[in-house]
Amino acid sequence: MCLGIPGKINSIYESDGLRMGKIDFGGVQREACLDYVPEAEIGDYVVVHVGFAISRLSEEEAQETLSLIREIMDIEEELGPEVENT
Amino acid sequence: MKYISEYRDADLVKKVIADIHSTATRDWVLMEICGGQTHAIVRHGLGQLLPAQIELVHGPGCPVCVTPLELIDKALAIAARPEVIFTSYGDMLRVPGSQRDLFSIRAEGGDVRVVYSPLDAIKIARENPEKQVVFFAIGFETTAPANAMSVVQAASLGLENFSLLVSHVRVPPAMHAILNSPHNRVQGFLAAGHVCAVMGYWEYPPIAQTYKVPIVVTGFEPLDIARGILETVKLLEVDRYEVTNAYSRAVTRAGNQAAQQVIDRVFEPCDRKWRGIGMIPESGWRLRPEYARFDAEQLFDVEAIQAEESPLCIAGEILQGLKKPHHCEAFGNPCTPENPLGATMVSTEGACAAYYRYGRLEHPA
Amino acid sequence: MSEEEQVVIHGLVCPRPLAHDETVVLGHGSGGRMTFDLITKTFYPPFSNPTLLRGDDAAVVERPEEGKLAVSTDAHIVAPLFFPGGDIGRLSVAGTVNDLVCMGAQPLWLTASFILEEGLPLYVLQAALESMKSTAEEAGVQIIAGDTKVAERGKADGIFISTTGVGRIPPGRDVHGANAKVGDVVLVSGTLGDHGLAVLAARGELGFEAQIRSDVAPLHGLVEAIFAVSTDIHVLRDPTRGGLATTLNEIARQSGVCIEIEETMIPVDPSVEAACEMLGFDPLYVANEGKLVVIVGAGDADVVEAAMRDHPYGTGTKRIGVVCEAPERRVLMKTGIGGTRVVDVLSGELLPRIC
Repeated sequence: MCLGIPGKINSIYESDGLRMGKIDFGGVQREACLDYVPEAEIGDYVVVHVGFAISRLSEEEAQETLSLIREIMDIEEELGPEVENT
Repeated sequence: MKYISEYRDADLVKKVIADIHSTATRDWVLMEICGGQTHAIVRHGLGQLLPAQIELVHGPGCPVCVTPLELIDKALAIAARPEVIFTSYGDMLRVPGSQRDLFSIRAEGGDVRVVYSPLDAIKIARENPEKQVVFFAIGFETTAPANAMSVVQAASLGLENFSLLVSHVRVPPAMHAILNSPHNRVQGFLAAGHVCAVMGYWEYPPIAQTYKVPIVVTGFEPLDIARGILETVKLLEVDRYEVTNAYSRAVTRAGNQAAQQVIDRVFEPCDRKWRGIGMIPESGWRLRPEYARFDAEQLFDVEAIQAEESPLCIAGEILQGLKKPHHCEAFGNPCTPENPLGATMVSTEGACAAYYRYGRLEHPA
Repeated sequence: MSEEEQVVIHGLVCPRPLAHDETVVLGHGSGGRMTFDLITKTFYPPFSNPTLLRGDDAAVVERPEEGKLAVSTDAHIVAPLFFPGGDIGRLSVAGTVNDLVCMGAQPLWLTASFILEEGLPLYVLQAALESMKSTAEEAGVQIIAGDTKVAERGKADGIFISTTGVGRIPPGRDVHGANAKVGDVVLVSGTLGDHGLAVLAARGELGFEAQIRSDVAPLHGLVEAIFAVSTDIHVLRDPTRGGLATTLNEIARQSGVCIEIEETMIPVDPSVEAACEMLGFDPLYVANEGKLVVIVGAGDADVVEAAMRDHPYGTGTKRIGVVCEAPERRVLMKTGIGGTRVVDVLSGELLPRIC
């Protein structure tokens, strides 16, 4: 029930009373309803499921997640595999 | 692809998997309830990379699989009517009812169309005012906002030829049902990331506390799933029964308020039968009485249709993690994806179908 | 047809009112004067060659002096008729040519049989025929026999084309599906899934736009370039319906071997990848119409890869896997994160998922 993929909002417009956007999924474009992400703006990334954006992706959280993992990788390489993960 | 490729980085994934190996000191049974996660685990071959101590059970996370047989039969009855254009998400077309599937209805002349979004079904209804357009509204909480909006749109556009055949299911009641079972083996849950993007994860702490199981909100890329498993195992190793969020780039604790409001406006909770499991109280959504004019089940007089499951099928036990596909006597013969006997073989995400396609190496059938 | 009527054929919109002699009508299939006119005015000009123009009941050709003959037939149904990168005409020639060259044959002749839908604008037919002509010229084949029938409106979806091809296999070539040997290298000539997704996007039903073009192309030149550098070619196949996965499974089964491929080596255009992610498709199962799978003895893999890359239809060639002994009749894939999964044949249709 979860096939939702991230896409970038290229444009926003209204259609039949719904706030819609043209979303770019990395080379493929499709329209999606943005009514559920009123805070999302052009340039933002959203998760789209069956033609509806259900969540705005947080770049800050994404970076934090990735750098946390990478940091632990670096520490372990330096100190060896016995380091406790927090 | 941004927000996808980074989470398929082989080095990072291997690193997290190595952490799982070094963290797990005992056997643990984890469950995911999400067809998308099942698919991802199998597609990337994640299962074999995990330590032998971790057993991953694929729970009833595929809305296609858990749609009750009689609802499929109702769909077929409606789709066969000459005045109907029957629209559906692609996965449902292959699901066999008691005798046939939507493909064969189409072959016999029924107007059955695959749509990507419920808004496409609205468009079809506007373009075909002389036809009755019925949309097969299945799904978990992830799909409910879309299905709900289609009803709101239909109402605001004054459409009189549009209706929904609803089969919505909810995750928390399913978790209760599984954990409540006397034979339950599940010790930790990966919560479905996009369900939580919509609903938040505020419903889970009471479940975690009551049954003493950690629940980790998990995404869909290999790195996300590996992290979800790692966090769950870490909590299990120190007996901490908490809810944590390993998909924070898309999920907040409160979830998507706008979506929850529209769902609440259009749907109300109801008892729902899950194929292979049986009735789980308050585990579904149905249209509120004020939207009855959009309820295909009432409009087309199919409420009386009943159906019987195959006696050979052990899907219920598989969905609850009590048995594995290769334990089933019918697995592979006669039950195959082309000739499915039950819930878990009907869709490509069903545990049996995924096993049949990808996992047969380990357990030749 | 009235002045105001618009004729829409699968995305092409004709703004002019069409007169009686500008569309296909049932009389064109009757065998009489109208059929004769259609054939001489519409079919002969693009396909003019002495054999065809003789106008006899059957084409008579000289048997090639040496080598076996390869024969293949294919029916072509596609909607829309014209799509980015190609059309039904090009498809009908390239498809059959490619079946022949996959047996190591040099294509010689094609026959083409048409079922036209009543009401089809003649300019659409003409465009398809021009495309067949240019593709046939590119492939060095002559269309030497043909037939046309007209089906009632609603019974033929515009045009259906069936082509049969004959080619000559030079002595010394032994290329067929049961010939893969343990240790062989598996190559693919370029990106996967382009054709299937280009057509799906052009149909418009799923509402997405993509800058994806079909790869439809005749591969005789690519195949000759391969034979020019190696005598150790074991299997050639074009991964059409069912995609690479289905093709490799067929070969694994015919040859009784295991084929192991690496996910990171499989070439997929980023737009195709994005469309597949969005719809829930696996590029391994999407149709191609201008790609080649080559299974070659390990010793010649390098020179064959280089020769393929040098050819315009093989610039994206990648080495994607090897032939192993076990498990027999299976295709395995090592995933990007180091796991392994079984790659099965396509079952039923590719459908967009919500799960």
